[in-house]
Amino acid sequence: MLFYLFVTLALLSLSGYYLGKKRAFTVAGSHIRNLHSLPSYYGSYTALWCGLPALILFTVWATLQPGLIIKLVVARLPQELQDLPPGQLNLVVNDIKNLVSGNIVSSTPDATILAAVDHYRHLEWIGNVSLWVVVITLAIAGIVHGWRAISPKLRARNQVERVINLFLIASSTVAIFTTLGIVLSVLFESVLFFGKVPINDFLFGLQWSPQTAMRADQTGSSGAFGMIPLFAGTLLISGISMIVAVPIGLMSALYLSEYASPKFRAMAKPALEVLAGIPTVVYGFFAALTVAPLIRDIGTTLGLQVASDSALAAGLVMGIMIIPFVSSLSDDVINAVPQSMRDGSYALGATKSETIQRVLLPAALPGIVGSILLAVSRAIGETMIVVMAAGLSANLTANPLEAVTTVTVQIVTLLTGDQEFDSAKTLAAFALGLMLFIVTLILNIIALHVVRKYREQYE
Amino acid sequence: MNKLTPVPVTRDIKNIVNAGLQRRHAAERRFRAYGLAAITLGLAFVVLMFVNIISKGYPAFWQTYIELPINFNPTVITPEGQRDQKTLEDADYAALVRVGLRETFPHVESRRDLQELYRLISSNASLHLRDMILKDVALIGTTQSVWVLASANVDTFVKGNIDRTLDESLRQVKDQEIGWIDKLQASGQLEQRFNIGLFNNGDSREPEQAGIRGALVGSFYTLLITFLLSFPIGVATAVYLEEFAPKNRWTDLIEVNINNLAAVPSIVFGLLGLAVFINFFGLPRSAPLVGGLVLSLMTLPVIIIAGRAALTSVPPSIREGALGIGASKLQMVGHHVLPLAMPGMLTGSIIGMARALGESAPLLMIGMVAFIVDVPKNITDPATVLPVQIYLWADLPERAFVERTSAAIMVLLAFMIVMNGLAIILRKRFERRW
Repeated sequence: MLFYLFVTLALLSLSGYYLGKKRAFTVAGSHIRNLHSLPSYYGSYTALWCGLPALILFTVWATLQPGLIIKLVVARLPQELQDLPPGQLNLVVNDIKNLVSGNIVSSTPDATILAAVDHYRHLEWIGNVSLWVVVITLAIAGIVHGWRAISPKLRARNQVERVINLFLIASSTVAIFTTLGIVLSVLFESVLFFGKVPINDFLFGLQWSPQTAMRADQTGSSGAFGMIPLFAGTLLISGISMIVAVPIGLMSALYLSEYASPKFRAMAKPALEVLAGIPTVVYGFFAALTVAPLIRDIGTTLGLQVASDSALAAGLVMGIMIIPFVSSLSDDVINAVPQSMRDGSYALGATKSETIQRVLLPAALPGIVGSILLAVSRAIGETMIVVMAAGLSANLTANPLEAVTTVTVQIVTLLTGDQEFDSAKTLAAFALGLMLFIVTLILNIIALHVVRKYREQYE
Repeated sequence: MNKLTPVPVTRDIKNIVNAGLQRRHAAERRFRAYGLAAITLGLAFVVLMFVNIISKGYPAFWQTYIELPINFNPTVITPEGQRDQKTLEDADYAALVRVGLRETFPHVESRRDLQELYRLISSNASLHLRDMILKDVALIGTTQSVWVLASANVDTFVKGNIDRTLDESLRQVKDQEIGWIDKLQASGQLEQRFNIGLFNNGDSREPEQAGIRGALVGSFYTLLITFLLSFPIGVATAVYLEEFAPKNRWTDLIEVNINNLAAVPSIVFGLLGLAVFINFFGLPRSAPLVGGLVLSLMTLPVIIIAGRAALTSVPPSIREGALGIGASKLQMVGHHVLPLAMPGMLTGSIIGMARALGESAPLLMIGMVAFIVDVPKNITDPATVLPVQIYLWADLPERAFVERTSAAIMVLLAFMIVMNGLAIILRKRFERRW
């Protein structure tokens, strides 16, 4: 319904463009050079006058209309329904909405609900019709206004470019709004959480068992929301992945940039980048179905006690995923070291490996450290591999053969369950998200700072 | 000071150096070997993963079918003689399947044995018969040989994944059923065909009927919204930051913001989507619209960074040429710079889209983790995407789902390879080195 209005508006704007352009040719008289701007700008001017105010009105109206209709329908409901607590009133409203859109409802509707549904439909019809009328009138009025303003002296290009500039600036602020949105939304819910669980318990507690009582007398109603076991698990798995990724990634980068022939490099580099492009679900599947049973079997033959969802399995696969990050970032840094330093070292009689170890790596070290920090931040924020391959119960241990859980696993588990949205259990997920965001932000800032401060400027 | 005995300098230093040379060359060879080993190990991981997935997944493209003689008995289908739509739709086609099975194995008598026999066929066989009748009503009263889908256990056994030699109590498929399956195979009534259901059906709890069509359509809608939202805004931001923005603190703030957003874990975007789009704005949960919004916020930094790199690579002479003949700044950007930078921007966006295609963590947060059977018809229907479908199937216990998950992964990887390949071809053909 509203989609067709959108299409009609687009078609009206298009016709406004053509009308304006034709008008420009008409008022130009003898020659187009009498006009201030190119004729297409006069067309765009008219089209913008037609489309922009109408679009803004359309968006605002369409967003506010459903809420307003619900308010009016609820105001007409019998008093006892209006006095219900907000949760139950919401259920009634949901039933009405479901009946309107033809979905199933929770129980057979009674007469008041059906009357409310009719009222809703009536109001919706009135609203949509008036929306159509107002928007199309505004669009046509816009065309008329723009059309009448067209004259050779009208600075159409400047006006149109001003609108486009506004659009560019508005787009740039989307990034800021996104960050603001992330921080505010996560902060808001976390503050609600810290109202229910003291912040010291959360930051320094050593036990994580997120349970909240449904009833006052329920056993197991004491929940412990200490996040230290979760971060310990995250660090354990990230540590294992770094032990795998850094040597392999760094040595691959060194080999590719120093020893490999151009043909080998042209083939091997994209092949290694493939690892970065594989979705993390695939890694998780691989870890859960191939690597974890393999490690458990090896452990059993060696006589060790290995959990079926050990940190080692998740860490290994995460390390494989991070290899291309370390490799490509280090490769860029190593290539940035000027050839003159290598030549000087060779001139003194050093072998290639000695040059790498004593000249290149120290020169490129800030960049390499920066890339390792970025890889660590990637490992900490990784979700799917650990959700599929790591365990669910918090365990404060340094033994890689045991099952641990991480921050991201807990966020997923807490939010894909079926708890009420404002219970401490679900809000804990937002608090964890806040911690995760802060930690990765700090790591990225440190990485950037380290690279910038210690980077040698060559030429 | 000690008195050093004078040594014949040149010859001994040369000896010292030569003595150490062998050790140093050995160290050099070792270091080179480590490097080669590291890169071989990395490439081996790639190969290992692909071989593992493909070997697990390709059996899913073949599905076992069983041929049964079905008598379209009019007394069962149309007991009162009328052939209207409703009677034909509601008739008991399952009874016809059971009759067909009893005819193929006439010696099966006891109730328990018969129940085992009926379990050889998948539950959608009756739906298949119903579709046949609805398409051609003239079939009523005839006897046809119909190929119906076998159940998942039969399929798993025929593909060799159930060990015959195990004790019967440890197996899903009992000895009696194995006997029947062998008999069907011997008489040519059991064969494996291409599993078109994998691409035609939506999700299902029965492995033999499960397909990825719903997930593919959901992914398509989600990616469409992502592209429509992130590409214009990303290009506009890149153009603004590169061409128009004054060098002040506000612009620095925007740039720092974008670089930070590129490094934020994807699950935090899911939390944003949950708190803002679903709770605050009240958008429908699990819809491609919300998924597209969240993913476009994730892809935006990638497109902006790629766009800025593309715009920087256009040389100043092009810009000055346009300005020199009287173009305004916006005309210069729109007419001269942007078309030249477009291949780079498109390459960056395609790579960003490929990343968004494989993302599942933020979509789990906004609810795309439900069991959705229908194929979504528009952007506000509940849907799921292919990576989330893979995640859901990976959790299911039936052995047949392992190969289906691997097959879905193969489809996903095929899409990624195609998209990345497209980006690389685009880059090679259209990018110009100034």
